[in-house]
This record gives sequence, structure tokens and C-alpha cells, in this order.
Amino acid sequence: MKTAETQQIKAEVAGLNFFYGRAQALKNINLLFPAHQVAAIIGPSGCGKSTLLRCFNRIHDLYPETRYEGKIILQPSGINLIGPETDPLEMRMRMSMVFQKPNAFPKSIFENVAFGLRLRGVRGRELQEQVEKSLRLAALWDEVKDRLKQSAYTLSGGQQQRLCIARALATDPEMLLFDEPTSALDPIATAKIEDLIFELKSRVTVIIVTHNMQQAARVSDFTAFMYLGELIEVSPTKKMFENPSNKLTEDYITGHFG
Amino acid sequence: MSDFKRIIAKRKRQDLVFNLIGILCTLVGIVTLGALLVDLIADGIARLDPSFLTSFPSRFAERAGILSSWVGTLLIMIVTAFTAVPLGVAAGVYLEEYAGKNWLTNLIEINIANLAGVPSIIYGLMALGLLVYKFRLGQSVLTGGLTLAFLILPIVIVATREALRTIPQGIRESAYALGSTKWQVVRHHLLPYSVGGTMTGIIIALSRAIGETAPLITIGALTFIAFLPPPPIQASPPFLSADWVWSPFSVLPIQMFNWVSRPDQEFVVNAAAAGLVLIIVTLSLNAVAIIIRYRVRKRIKW
Amino acid sequence: MIEQPAALAADISVQPPAAGASARARRLSRVKERIIESILLLAALSSVAITLGIVGILIYESSSFFAHVSLGTFLTDTLWTPLFASPRFGIMPLIAGTLVTTAVALAVALPIGTIVAIYLSEFAPSVVREVLKPALELLSAVPTVVYGYFALQFMSPLLQKLIPGLPTFNMLSAGTVMGIMIIPYVSSLSEDAMRAVPMALREGAYALGANRIITALKVVYPSALSGIVASYILAISRAIGETMIVAIAAGMQPNLTFDPREPAATITAFIVQVSLGDLPHGSIGYQSIFAAGITLFVMTLAFNILGYILRKRFREAY
Repeated sequence: MKTAETQQIKAEVAGLNFFYGRAQALKNINLLFPAHQVAAIIGPSGCGKSTLLRCFNRIHDLYPETRYEGKIILQPSGINLIGPETDPLEMRMRMSMVFQKPNAFPKSIFENVAFGLRLRGVRGRELQEQVEKSLRLAALWDEVKDRLKQSAYTLSGGQQQRLCIARALATDPEMLLFDEPTSALDPIATAKIEDLIFELKSRVTVIIVTHNMQQAARVSDFTAFMYLGELIEVSPTKKMFENPSNKLTEDYITGHFG
Repeated sequence: MSDFKRIIAKRKRQDLVFNLIGILCTLVGIVTLGALLVDLIADGIARLDPSFLTSFPSRFAERAGILSSWVGTLLIMIVTAFTAVPLGVAAGVYLEEYAGKNWLTNLIEINIANLAGVPSIIYGLMALGLLVYKFRLGQSVLTGGLTLAFLILPIVIVATREALRTIPQGIRESAYALGSTKWQVVRHHLLPYSVGGTMTGIIIALSRAIGETAPLITIGALTFIAFLPPPPIQASPPFLSADWVWSPFSVLPIQMFNWVSRPDQEFVVNAAAAGLVLIIVTLSLNAVAIIIRYRVRKRIKW
Repeated sequence: MIEQPAALAADISVQPPAAGASARARRLSRVKERIIESILLLAALSSVAITLGIVGILIYESSSFFAHVSLGTFLTDTLWTPLFASPRFGIMPLIAGTLVTTAVALAVALPIGTIVAIYLSEFAPSVVREVLKPALELLSAVPTVVYGYFALQFMSPLLQKLIPGLPTFNMLSAGTVMGIMIIPYVSSLSEDAMRAVPMALREGAYALGANRIITALKVVYPSALSGIVASYILAISRAIGETMIVAIAAGMQPNLTFDPREPAATITAFIVQVSLGDLPHGSIGYQSIFAAGITLFVMTLAFNILGYILRKRFREAY
């Protein structure tokens, strides 16, 4: 079930199956992600939306007994993200992820943002400029510019999450993966981050996993609904929420389950 | 992008190098253990025969044996076990099941944590001043046993507490709900269920005590004794005697220390043989403890 | 507010407990419970008694010592010969011996122990860890007198091949073997501290393209620092209090030097040496071991308190 947009495709998921040991968590997922758009993945707990997201940066490889089948083709390079011949380390250098709970490192604000840059050999003057640029993009610069050397843990929860976004942006990723980024935050912090995500899509392709349907409606261009490891429906966001094609989707959206 | 590739290759190299370094460092300890065992066996196995175990020490290396030492170790362990186990288990039960959150409990817990970190020779000094002289217990099996009991007391207490902690609250609650008093819960439920874990800790504690040298030297254990303490079971009435408790003594590690410290090399063989006996005993006890822990875990799955 | 019918209220009354045998039995049982609790409390208080005994005896005996020898001389004089005809009572040589052997031991145990902890926590597959970790803990089960034998008979000749002119008794052999014995103290606690760091923090680093060693060194190690430092402090305390290895392999001659290739006596070795001999109770020689003992006690107490505070902080963080 694909939506044919006549623009560039950033990633194509084809026949993706994923296994935790014997248990199959993703069943035959086929999905296209157009470039420079925000895609939301929604669904009840356990539907596999986070599992799908975490395939993109191969973070599953850190855990034993995980297995991928199928392809995720990244354009324009044509690499299969989950192919056995592909190096997970290299994939993680092209993607960036923001997690559910802010996980700033026990370092200064500056060093948090600089971490990914240092990994890529960026130093000195260029490093400072990139860090400032990322903090501005994350709408955090004005709040922290005078205390870059302070520990990241002196920031509030919402600020820490924006710091994590700055950290993710600093490495100039091809795709930004958000895993329920505002579920641990208050409404004001949430609103700021949603504005951010909306602005970021001009620079990068975004996938956001969320259990908050209103968030998906506010922020995304198109939405995918998953249930029990399967992709049920994909539509442009407006259509998904006003006139879903599938009964299951409608039940979820109207709150009849999940 | 070749920059990318270079960086990634470097990262993978770093991981590989550290994997190697990590394994090597871990092996340092294990290889040392192996070298130690091989060294002892090479040096001492020749001397390890029944006569070694049944001879008294002597000026002549070929005739010197560990009879008085291992008997001394055994007698000391009896005193130590009979002191440390009841005291330690009782204290552990109190702290885990009875104690409230007050200053007294804090004081006791801080004390135990502190005692666990006090060097063993300090226990010897305490026993010398207090038990040997002030309480006039003399340089006897009793003093030695008590000294080691105090030394291993924190270990026994901690082991008891940990074992009690693994019992789920639900067991206690259902016992209370049936109308049991606290002591009945402890006696009929908690102690039996925690026996395995506590036993493991006690055995490890005793194996530690068997290897202790410094505190016993300090209280004046003899390094050369050519007699055995009076036997506990006698032919004439009253048939049971406690004289052995007041007897001077030596223990196996002190005998080994004595032989190792001699300038004449011929005693090296004896020292190695004594060391072998010591290691065999302590490692066997540790092995028994591990087996008990494993069997208990298999039997009771909460 | 509903009013209760008056008649009902008058009828209801609380029944007193049945008088007679069962009441007496209950009271007896309560008394018995109290007695048992008191016995258990006494057992727990024994730990306090032991501490009081230690502190008391150390202060008591060394106060007689310090009546003869001023604290200033004790701490600053450079010769320790309390058993000589004209005795000198400077503790510095013993402290130097203790510090040097401890330093050598830490130079071995801290780096190796930390690397082992990082390897077991972040790199090793769980099968490997399940085997290696208990194997390493066996190191601390070996009696120290056996280690002393090993240091004298194996390590010393080995080092003599590497360092020409090394005397048979030296602080290097003793310190090295002591360090190896202490490795599991450092590695076990540090590894526990590192494994307690939440996976989310690691995922954040990996997601940015970090490899294992960078994540371990720059994210996990700093997060686990207070637990790791607590393990270092434990190692220091253990090394300072060690007796048999240094008594056997480093010699028992007090020697004020910071060169580990020389023989020297530690505070603990001195106490052993005096105890091996025959000293009249109450003589200055006898009291000198208590003076040495109280110095040792104060040193290890300071480190134990520091380690305790750090361990509490580490536990509160998670």
C-alpha cells in the first residue's frame, strides 16, 4: 500500500520482516518515505512502530538474537540499510535518532552537541561553528549560549530534549528518527519541539513515531498506521484523520481501542 | 565519502585492539592463578604423602610435617564456627526482620560496614590486648577461635541478610495472615528457606578464616609445636574434656609461613606442600559453597 | 448525615477478650517474642561491641606508648628501632614501606582491573563473562600466605632476571603479587557500576555512530564514576592492610626509602615481626605495635569512610 508522490523518494521499505529471536515483530512492511517530508507512524502499544524505526539505524544490532529480512533502500546511494553486507556503524553515521527520554551524556552542553562531530574528526574553529549552528536550529542557542560549559543535566527536561535534537542535527544526517520524542515532556516543551520538527523538514527527512494522534495530525505530511506488526494503512495525514479507508484505522483514530 | 570510510575503519580497529587488550588483562589474573598452582605442585608434590600429614614439625625438613598445624586449624575452626554462625545469623535475622529505621539500626549497620574493612591484623591486636591479657584467656585455641569469629562475623551477617532478602514479601505476609508470630515466621519459614544462601556465605567465610595468618600470629600462636592439644574425648570419666580449648596451638598457614621464612632452602619443599594442602582445602570449600548455591537456586524458584 | 437509630447504638458494645487460659497463653507468647527479639538485638549489638573493643584497646595501649614518645617525634623521626637498646620511634619508615608497596600494587590493580571491568561489561559476550568473572574471583579466595610464597619463590626470581641486582626481598615483588590479588576487588565493583548505567545512554552514543570503546570510555565510564572510584578506594584500603605477602616477600627491616627495588617493612609486617618474638606485656616494644596499629587503623578508616560515602552516592544515582 503506497502513496505515489511525484517527488524524490528518500527511503523505500520493501518486504521488511523483523524477528526478536523466534517472535516476529514486523510482518511484510512495504512503505515509501519521500524526501523532505515528515512521516508519522502511529499505532497502539506493541504494534511495532518503534521496532520499525530502530531498523533504520540498525540499533537492534546491539542486542542478541535480532534478525532482519527484506530491504530498506536509502536513496540516492541505493544502499540497503539492513543488508548483511552493510556496516551498521556506517548507517548510524548517516542517521540520527532522538529518543523517548532525553539521554544527554554526563558532559557539558557543548560537549554533548560536539560528540558526534568529534567522532567524525571535526575540530577547532569548525567544531565551534557547527555546534552553534545546531543549537540555533534546535532553538536552544539563546538559552544556553552563556553556559555552554555547564553540565547538560542543569537543563530542564524540555531543554535536554532539544539538546538531544541539536546533538542529532550536528552530524548533518540524511534522516532524523524521532522515537516518541515528547512523551516525557510537558505541553509547552512539546509544542516547541513540534514547531522544530515542522521547520526541520526543509533540511532533512523526518520519521516520527508517536502514540499521540493529535501530534501526528499537527506535525506530519503523511501517516502510517500499524497494528500487531503489520502496516494497515498509509495516507496523507489529512485524509488519514478525516476519512480513513480501513475500519481498523478508523477504530483506532476514534479511540475505540489502543 | 572516503573520509568516512577511513574513520569507520579506524573505529573498527580500535574496537578490535581493545578486545585483545581486554582479554589479555583478564588472563593476567587467571594465568597467575595457574602459575601459582603449578609452582606449588612442582615444588611441593614430592613431599605430600601420609607421613607429612601425620608428623610433627622438626628441625629436619624431611621429617617435618603438619600434624599439629592441621589439628590446630580444625580445633580453631570449631570454636570459630560455633561462635560466628549463631552470632552472625542472629544478628542478620534481627537486622533484616526486626530492626526499625532508627539511629540504633543505622549505628549497627555502619559498624558492620566498617568492620568489614578493618585489616585482619587489627583484629589480632584487639584480641592480644583484650582477650589474651585483659580477659586472661591466654594464647589459646579459645582466643584464636574467637578472634577469627569476630573477623568473619560481618561476612556471615551480610550473607544471612542477602539470603533472607531473596524470600519474597508474599511468603511473610501469608504466614502472618495465618496468625503466626514474628518468631514463628522466622523459625518455620524464613530460616529454612534461606538456609542455602546462608550456608554458602558461611562456608566462604570459614574458608577465609582457614587461610588467615596475621591475627593468629599476633595473639601469639606458636610457630613450632611438637605436641597436640589434649583430645576432647578421653578414656576416663568424665569422658568429655574441654581442656583443648585452653591449649596453645599452631595453624596450617602459620606453619607454612614459618617454613617459608627460613633461610635454608630445604624447607621450601615443606612450605610448598603445606601450601598445597591449604589451597586444596580452601578451593574445595569454595567449590562446595558454589555447588550449594547452584543447587539451592535450582530447587527454589520464587 | 444519616442518624443511627438510638436503640441499636445502645445494644452494640465491644466484647472484652475472653478471660482465662487463652489470654494467659497469649501474654506468655508475647513475653517470649520480646525475649527472642532482645537476644537477637544483643547479637546485632555484638558488632558495636567489637568496634568498641578494637578502638578501646588501640587507644588504651597506645596512650601508654604516647606517654613515653611524643606525637611529634613519632610522626617525624626517620628511624624506627623500638626494640634496640637506644630505641628510635619514628613511624616514617613503616609508612613509607606501606605507601610504596601500596603504590606498586595499585599500579598493577587499577589499570588492569579497570580494563577488565570495561571488557567484561561492554565487550565480552555473556558466555565469556559467566566463565571469566567467577574465575577471577577465585584470585581473592587464595590465602595470602600462599601469595607470599609465590611472591618470594616465583615472582622475585623472575623480576631478578629483568632487573639485575634486585635483592631477593624487595617491595616490587610483594607489591606486584599484591596487585594481582586485588584485581578482582577493582574489576567486580567497577563492572557492577558500569552495568548499572542505563542502556538508553549507550544507545544515544551508538546512534551517533560511536563504536564500543568510545561509548565505553566517554559515556559509560564517566557515568559510573562514583561506583568505580569506590572500588579504587576499596583496593587502596585492602592494600594498606595487607600483611602476609609483604611480611614474606618485602622483608621485615624498616627502611625509609621510596625505591620499590629495595626491601622494607610495612606497618603490618612490623607488627608480625614483633609478635613472632617474645615481648613482655607492657614493655615499650609491646606498646609500639599498638602505636603502629592505631596508625594503620586511622589510615584504613579514612579510606573506608570515603569509599562508603561514594558507594551511597552511586546507589542513589540509580
